[in-house]
Amino acid sequence: MAETHATEHPHPTAGLYIRVATVLFILTVLEVGVFYVPTFHPILVPALLILSVIKFCLVVMFYMHLKMDNRFFTMIFGGPLLLAFGMAMALMFLFKVFVLK
Amino acid sequence: MSHAAATHAAEGHHTSMGLDSRKMAFWAFIGSECLLFATLISTYLIYSHRSLQGPYPQDILNIPFTSFSTFDLLMSSLWMVLALAAVQRNDMKWAKVWLMGTVIGGLIFLLGQVWEFSHFVEHGLTLQRNLFGTTFFVLTGTHGAHVFVGVLWLFTLWVRAMQGKLTSKNAMTVEITGLYWHFVDVIWIIIFTVVYLIQPVYHG
Repeated sequence: MAETHATEHPHPTAGLYIRVATVLFILTVLEVGVFYVPTFHPILVPALLILSVIKFCLVVMFYMHLKMDNRFFTMIFGGPLLLAFGMAMALMFLFKVFVLK
Repeated sequence: MSHAAATHAAEGHHTSMGLDSRKMAFWAFIGSECLLFATLISTYLIYSHRSLQGPYPQDILNIPFTSFSTFDLLMSSLWMVLALAAVQRNDMKWAKVWLMGTVIGGLIFLLGQVWEFSHFVEHGLTLQRNLFGTTFFVLTGTHGAHVFVGVLWLFTLWVRAMQGKLTSKNAMTVEITGLYWHFVDVIWIIIFTVVYLIQPVYHG
């Protein structure tokens, strides 16, 4: 059990959870804003993807505690996540999704 | 159950690495769910713009309404972690409040999805209508089914808390429930971006 205590860290405080939620809210407002402002349309796809990746990482790191937990959990999650991403990219290249009209 | 057995059950089983085996198994489950949703999202991206007849995404998707649903799900994730923090400090009064808040947040999301689906059907978009309808309903319906399971799970935790059977000794149970709920949230973050925000612009 000593090893358990050596690898586990305390979870964030309620204050940090609320700060993360505030950032998530702001990023969601930015996403919708970027969608509606025509000026941003040339960079819409990269901007939206970057914003959603940041939101994804914030939830996984702080709400799912991967930032504080043992790195083995990150490996268990990250391995299949990378595999899933690679599979999705391969499928979309095979079916020519990236050839836009 | 003897006192020693009850204590052991409350502490959970640990692997040789000293990690909670339930938590490790649940992370493996979440990893497998990534593969499931990756296939559904990529299938949507491949086929949704190959419909031979309408309605098309840009005709029917309601961005302001879905933005509200997204905000609701993000807030329910906050309430979930606040419930976990309350359970960990054995503040069961606030744990019950935040757990019920998360349940209500999930129910609001589900009601919104039911309204959205019925609105789409009224406008002629069904599972059989075109490739957009097929892939959209399968993807968002699978996500909605996950939300439904999460709401049931959270509600059982709230009932146990009301019965006085949920204490700080069961914090790991709440944490694992939270992992499921946050995973449902991160999947929605991707769906909201890929299906609702990016697709209509490229189809329009």
